[in-house]
Amino acid sequence: MDLKDLYQEIILDHGKNPRNLGKFDNYNKDAKGNNPLCGDNVHVYLRLNENKKVEDIAFEGHGCAISMASASIMTDMVRGKEEKEVKEIVTDFLGMIKEKDSLETNILKDDEKTKLMSLSGVKQYPMRVKCATLSWHTLTSALDNSDQIVKTEE
Amino acid sequence: MNIDDIKREFPIFDDKIQNNDLVYLDSANSSQKPRVVVDRIYDFYTKEFSNVGRSVHYLAVAATNLYEQTRVSVQKYINAKDKDEIVFTKGATEAINLVANTFGQKYLSEGDEVLLTELEHHSNYVPWHFLRKAKNIKIEFAEINDDGEVTLEAIEKKITNKTKIISVSHLSNVTGAILPIKEIVELAHSKNIPVLIDGCQGAPHLRLDMQDIDCDFYAISGHKMYGPTGIGVLYAKKKWLEDLPPYQGGGGMINEVKKEGITYGELPNKYEAGTMATAQVIAFNESIKFMEKIGIQNIEKHEKELLNYGLEKLRKNNSVNIIGNPKEKGGVISFTIEGVHPHDIATILDEDGVAIRAGHHCCQILHDKLNLPATARASFGVYNTKDDIDKLDEAINKCKKIFNL
Repeated sequence: MDLKDLYQEIILDHGKNPRNLGKFDNYNKDAKGNNPLCGDNVHVYLRLNENKKVEDIAFEGHGCAISMASASIMTDMVRGKEEKEVKEIVTDFLGMIKEKDSLETNILKDDEKTKLMSLSGVKQYPMRVKCATLSWHTLTSALDNSDQIVKTEE
Repeated sequence: MNIDDIKREFPIFDDKIQNNDLVYLDSANSSQKPRVVVDRIYDFYTKEFSNVGRSVHYLAVAATNLYEQTRVSVQKYINAKDKDEIVFTKGATEAINLVANTFGQKYLSEGDEVLLTELEHHSNYVPWHFLRKAKNIKIEFAEINDDGEVTLEAIEKKITNKTKIISVSHLSNVTGAILPIKEIVELAHSKNIPVLIDGCQGAPHLRLDMQDIDCDFYAISGHKMYGPTGIGVLYAKKKWLEDLPPYQGGGGMINEVKKEGITYGELPNKYEAGTMATAQVIAFNESIKFMEKIGIQNIEKHEKELLNYGLEKLRKNNSVNIIGNPKEKGGVISFTIEGVHPHDIATILDEDGVAIRAGHHCCQILHDKLNLPATARASFGVYNTKDDIDKLDEAINKCKKIFNL
């Protein structure tokens, strides 16, 4: 294990200055997620236009560097993408965090993949995986219009 | 008392944990186990095992005697009047649930009030919440002050003529505040209100005298007292155990079972339904003996020294903010570092073998009040040394470095 893998510059940067933090007015989908074990929470807001494209996305919440960075990078990455593409990215990301060595989707550019891969350090820290995945599960829940609050604990 | 010798009695410190010497600062969560406790479980299962209280064969009688010996040890340790006032449970959580359930069943009805404090662990809130749902009772919270204490006055302020029971922590697992429980009991009794003390953090660190404190109920967690998991104690005055209905039904707690009706067993069997955590109860006797051998006064003194050293050290560390400043405080230091989330602190400290806890420590009401989603917490046990605190301090500095503070 190496802390440098977990706390890369990009994570520290996004953790300290999260992009897309806050709520915007004309969202049409949202969902909440929380991590009961540590009390971290996230609320994802997004606007899907008539072509099912993510016009805007933001989040509110508080959490550790990993969870804030993950939500920050995620919201940056899915803006402008179609719903179908977003879901493919989410699946690919969760698969990478869970078991795969790399990201496979063709939707993301190489530099975007590199950015996302900066979160792969959590694989060595099983207790922290949920920090990285909470906002992604919450995004899925928002897209699916689920009223259920996403929880990291079953 | 030689801490190095005491530490050697804990096998967990024999080996490296992830290539580090273990700096265990999570005893408020659960303490490590001395060899005598671990060995006792092994010996019981390998040489002496039988269920207790039922069969008449040699092993059953011997096991029953051992099981009952722990009851007497606990009685003496907490200076209860009668050994029948000691009920074994699976933990302090079950002990509190037992009281909430049985007392609630018999004595609480719509509009009645249960008085807790803002410091309470979820295990001393959720069981009462069940009654709020089931019986429409009200739950009141005595407030903490700026130092993270709950004073006698804060309790008094929330007592009304509807208050039916008061249930408070002995020692806060977050701020470390030691509550004036004897005075609280005296005040409550003057108004005919019984008192339950959640002694999870009190029992491992403070001298207990039930007859002096005079509380009605006191909940104890075994695994925080260098004992096995799965074992707790409910101390309750005999009059309550005789008066309240049984908690769980099953074997062992009955007197006579007929199709027409059932009568319940004598104390303390009435509250110990089913096969109990026999091995754990028997091994818990070794935990009590271990603590008695060192002497609770010595444990208190040692932990107080560590606390003072730790507070002094961390106060000097810039950007460390210590939560609460109670005048009477146990060996718990909760803190935050400006700009680093407690979970990141815990992960970074862990890299150097420094085991702390991060989160809300099962005290969300308190963290809401403090307006903090989470805190980091270092808590002490008898095996900790000043060196452990130095390592904590160094690891905190490393943390600050990683986050460019």
